[in-house]
Amino acid sequence: MLSLGSGGAKSSKPSFVSYVTPEEIKLEKDLPKKEKHPDLLPGEVVFCSANPILKYTQDDLSQRGIFGTLFCTNFRVTFLSDEPKQEETSKTFKNKLYGENDIPLMCVDHIYGVYDEKKKLITGSFVKNKYPSKMIIHCKDLRVFQFCLTFTKEEDTKKIFQGIAHHCLEEKSLKCVFAFSYAGTPSPEMQRKQETIMFDSPEDWTQEMKRTKAKCRLVTENENFELSQRLPKYFIIPTALEDLFSYQGKGLPIWCWSHHSGCALFKASFPLMTQEDGDFQKHLDTMINAVAHNYLYSVKTEDLSESLPTILDIQQSYNKFKQFFLIDNSTDFWMSDMKWFSSLESSGWLDIIRQCLQKAVEVVECIDKDNTNVLITEEEGTDLCCVISSLAQIMLDPYYRTLMGFQSLVQKEWVAGCHAFLDRCNHLHQKDKECHSPVFLLFLECVWQLVQQHSPAFQFSETYLTVLSDSVHVPIFSTFLFNSAHHRESVMKAESPLAQSGPLSCPTVWDWSVQFDSKAQNFFFNPLYSEKVKHEKTARKTHKPKHQRQLSLPSTAFKTPTKKGFFKDETDSLKKMLRVKRISRWMGSPDSPVAATREFYESWQQRPLDYHGLLLPCLDGPAVRVWMQRYLRWIPEVHILGGGSMAVMTKLMELLNQVQDLKRVLEQRDASQAAKFDHRPHLQNRLFSFGTSGRLSSSFPFAYSRNRSFKPIIPTGLMQSLMVTDNLASQEDEAS
Amino acid sequence: MEESGSVDSVESLSSSTTTRSDRSSVAKVSDTELRSKGMAFEKVYKDPSKGELPLLAEELVQDAAKDVTYICPFIGPARGSLTVTNYRLFFRCTDREPVFGLDLPLGVLSRVEKIGAATSRGDASYVLVCKDMRNLRFVHKEPEDSLKKSVFEVLMKFAFPVSNNMSLFAFEYKQVFPENGWRVYDPLAEYKRQGLPNESWRISKVNDHYELCDSYPATLVVPVTITDEELRRVSSFRAKGRIPVLSWIHPESQAAVVRSSQPMVGQNGRRCKEDEKLLQAIMDANAQSHKLFIFDARPSVNAAANKMKGGGYESEDAYQNAELVFLDIHNIHVMRESLRKLKEVVYPNIEESHWLSNLESTHWLEHIKLILAGALRIADKVESGKTSVVVHCSDGWDRTAQLTSLALIMLDSHYRTIRGFQILLEKEWLSFGHRFQQRVGHGDKNHTDADRSPIFLQFIDCVWQMTRQFPAAFEFNENFLITILDHLYSCLFGTFLCNSEQQRLKEEVPKRTVSVWSFVNSQLEEFVNPLYVHYPSHVLFPTVGIRHLQLWVSYYIRWNPRMRPQEPVHQRYKELLAKRAELQKRVEELQREAANRTASTSSERAGSPTRSITPVQTFV
Repeated sequence: MLSLGSGGAKSSKPSFVSYVTPEEIKLEKDLPKKEKHPDLLPGEVVFCSANPILKYTQDDLSQRGIFGTLFCTNFRVTFLSDEPKQEETSKTFKNKLYGENDIPLMCVDHIYGVYDEKKKLITGSFVKNKYPSKMIIHCKDLRVFQFCLTFTKEEDTKKIFQGIAHHCLEEKSLKCVFAFSYAGTPSPEMQRKQETIMFDSPEDWTQEMKRTKAKCRLVTENENFELSQRLPKYFIIPTALEDLFSYQGKGLPIWCWSHHSGCALFKASFPLMTQEDGDFQKHLDTMINAVAHNYLYSVKTEDLSESLPTILDIQQSYNKFKQFFLIDNSTDFWMSDMKWFSSLESSGWLDIIRQCLQKAVEVVECIDKDNTNVLITEEEGTDLCCVISSLAQIMLDPYYRTLMGFQSLVQKEWVAGCHAFLDRCNHLHQKDKECHSPVFLLFLECVWQLVQQHSPAFQFSETYLTVLSDSVHVPIFSTFLFNSAHHRESVMKAESPLAQSGPLSCPTVWDWSVQFDSKAQNFFFNPLYSEKVKHEKTARKTHKPKHQRQLSLPSTAFKTPTKKGFFKDETDSLKKMLRVKRISRWMGSPDSPVAATREFYESWQQRPLDYHGLLLPCLDGPAVRVWMQRYLRWIPEVHILGGGSMAVMTKLMELLNQVQDLKRVLEQRDASQAAKFDHRPHLQNRLFSFGTSGRLSSSFPFAYSRNRSFKPIIPTGLMQSLMVTDNLASQEDEAS
Repeated sequence: MEESGSVDSVESLSSSTTTRSDRSSVAKVSDTELRSKGMAFEKVYKDPSKGELPLLAEELVQDAAKDVTYICPFIGPARGSLTVTNYRLFFRCTDREPVFGLDLPLGVLSRVEKIGAATSRGDASYVLVCKDMRNLRFVHKEPEDSLKKSVFEVLMKFAFPVSNNMSLFAFEYKQVFPENGWRVYDPLAEYKRQGLPNESWRISKVNDHYELCDSYPATLVVPVTITDEELRRVSSFRAKGRIPVLSWIHPESQAAVVRSSQPMVGQNGRRCKEDEKLLQAIMDANAQSHKLFIFDARPSVNAAANKMKGGGYESEDAYQNAELVFLDIHNIHVMRESLRKLKEVVYPNIEESHWLSNLESTHWLEHIKLILAGALRIADKVESGKTSVVVHCSDGWDRTAQLTSLALIMLDSHYRTIRGFQILLEKEWLSFGHRFQQRVGHGDKNHTDADRSPIFLQFIDCVWQMTRQFPAAFEFNENFLITILDHLYSCLFGTFLCNSEQQRLKEEVPKRTVSVWSFVNSQLEEFVNPLYVHYPSHVLFPTVGIRHLQLWVSYYIRWNPRMRPQEPVHQRYKELLAKRAELQKRVEELQREAANRTASTSSERAGSPTRSITPVQTFV
């Protein structure tokens, strides 16, 4: 399982680490050592520490590592090397909150202890007596840390191990999350340019309705969560709907987005109907009816809990999937490489991604091709509904493919939309397993597939998505800490008097300056993003196509909606129709939905390319891929030194930056010749930091290949990989 | 109404370009598409059904049939007319909007299978099994037997000219291009680029008339300390006379990549002191290392089994200081079978739910991994270990060619340029006698021939994998690789004909045919990677973990319209190239402007901002 020190294949070339043997370190220990302390964040408190701890280097099979001190604070587990600090000039992408040797407590996924060469999963109750010789920490951002505890005094070992296990694994209350102790000052920069729409005011919603030309009604009656605590503070419903105060908002169709044709996407929480509750059934019918009234009396409903995997399925699949990337050592890596594709398939993760995208395409087809209103439902209405509605909106509306648009979308559908982040991410380590599920990550995965397939259509980069997926586990941001708008508000209200210095300073994740400086934030932008063509160009053409283009959703290839559902007065038959549609699924055609959307995809594919129009993903087998950057970034075996897409991206950014810098220099010279602001140091600095970009590894900007010796990674155990059993293998090359 | 839908809309299913024409500008796109295939059409054949066929100068229509149904696995049956020339098959669909066509060189056909007679209506139906991962099925509805028969026979005749004692179309094709591709590779110039001959290595003329080894090139580089006479003795000890000769030498460390065939050790452990001396001399030529690595591409079991047939591998007793490493790459038959399975998995339809496990069951990517891993180990020994290496398999013309050429691409950035890659192919594959005729079976109807194997395709796939991992390191784009593979089968150009340099000279191939490089180098803009950055000294070590290997979708699954990008890739490339040029221009302008202003405002600062910028110019 763990081959300690058995890695004969590795050269003994010195890399950066110190090779003091355990004996030597014991001698050194007696010397008076200066106390080292991590740089603490405002509000951060050290719980316990231990020294010396050996942190194994990841890129090696051997027992080599660095000695240092392990701390556990109320924010993170951190390892501080005894070595003088490495020069960090090459770090263009440094996270200000935590470094490569820091693990935010919320980011810890599992802790393993190694007892007599046996790896055991540590659970809260397991900690009692024995202490492992080695502690392995698997992180939610897929990093793997290995610490050797045998060099420390038993007492210290006990303290640190217990401390880490306690703070990372034990159930705790929300108040213990570091965000409530964090006393960071909100950056002035952020306040100045708050561009992400937070959807926490009626104006934001009105604005969004205006933008999409929606004709719906803003509901402000829930301002004090009197309607329902599971509903957003403000939301929008079909105009035809009058009765709000029944069934605690169950079944209430919440508006998501309107198509330029007038039809719209709604989502609702539909409790599973176990029995024929006539009244409730009638209530739901009213709701559906109201949606139908929104445009052309057409509606299609889809119960997502019926057609998509449950959140439990999602959780189980992801648990299997992530194991392929939490690699303890090189041997394990090459062993798992052999059955890579079938393991991947057996996890089912890619298939879940495909199903979600598929469903979103179905929704898009109904809206964009058939111009019908769509109501997606599920029990809670805040999990898969969020996934599908956000994906559909990204496909339909180019605004959500910009960085600010995307952030606003997450605010609208997820944060204001009451996705239960706290429960789903299991930030508090609750033992109740039913409610955890990486639903938000699943959404990001789906978005990554779109980004991967249509990169020029997105203003943000995959690095942005990766960072966002990591940020979920940084216990500072209010964005991911609550279960609903009501939850957020009540907690914030309750907490703020405690923090005596005024209101709780809990930044949102969109304040990227909390984590990254502006230079690093450049990595969030896709240098190949094709900006929207200026209107001057199209203006020369005839007016009609111009108008259509502005709508950004060219439906030219399709005929206008068939008016067959147009029967104003026949409410009875309407109801029947609706009922039928609900029961027999919404794809009226005898073909499976898959076949139908396939046709839809094909006809879209034949249209001229428009990155600012409708965007559909290809869902055939080879097209759905593993998010390499997120999953492979910490595994040294798969780092491509000098390669990877980042090599190109960095190169492009370099050129774009250069143009911008030069422009700025010129502008400033124009503006004030007298000021004589010297730009040279800045320019040279930047060039220096990018200068080596030709040799960055594919894991850039995340892991830094410290092994500068530039050796290829030769796989081990190749022969076992190919068991060609047929007799062809033994034939001679020459058949003569 | 027919006018616009004529030849212009030869659609996506045509052979060498992978792109689907943009409907809004059908005429323009497909025009360039056709031209990009190197066919400056000199005449136009008027099809009976009003369509027009662009023909090459030497191309003659042999037969045509109306009312043929092409059973397309993706869009269903399509009716139209079929035309067969001495170079290609052309199908034009008439009952579909938009009109589309099939245009494939007959050279791509592996076999033609009749399945027609069974149907009750007396339709004749046949399947064209192609070498480029597709099958095409046609049904003839013609009532008269004569016509359908003739088309079928004409097809059999011109698709397999070699079996019918006719010459390949390449020998008829006389297109003149601005550049003569046969001059791309000059062995002496290439060795000179590497700094050869030098004090340790000489150029030998011992194989000038292909007497020493008929599958080797005329020009060989060998250690100075070995005489031609000794080389002759070595040749009798190496399979097919393929002695160890130099392929490449490291410009700094002088570590060499040497290739050969297996030694004829046999069961009795024969030895050859000249061979031992030669390997010692190879080692001595590199002062940096006192070791020599011999990479045997085969699995050790197979290498041992070869002893039964007189072959084998170097024993460490006989070759002191040499270390033998087996690279576990399987033989041509395993590879052929693997590709056959792959075709089953990807064509025509992909089974979504089991896609990954199906892909795994073909082992195709695992073979790619092993080949890349082998090349990586070779490159590592040469670059990091500063040690010379000898690479061989059994005959040294399949796996050896794959390994040396891939290692050379990793080691030498020159081979990552468009022209450098052409030189590499000319050198490692063509001059060193990869048996293209046998492996591809040009114009030969014997499709079950056990000598056929996708060795070269596999190599191109490996190169593609590297271009994926190092998107900025190669001057050429994907289109370049696909074009090479298309013309590997098309028989339009002479480059990939015959089995060896000697045969090509005997057949006067360079005189009588056009080189594919003439065509390629006359329109380089089609093949340039817009993201290319030239770093002269960079060695590339790809990652061979299967997690980083991908199936080459745009080659193997290119016939599936769903797997195509919405926008033709080469269009995107061109846009990027333009964008790059624009940006570059902008940078230069701004720099100039900055410099001017600096000069005009404060003379003591003149030039400094400009100087601080210059490093980025490596981008160009």
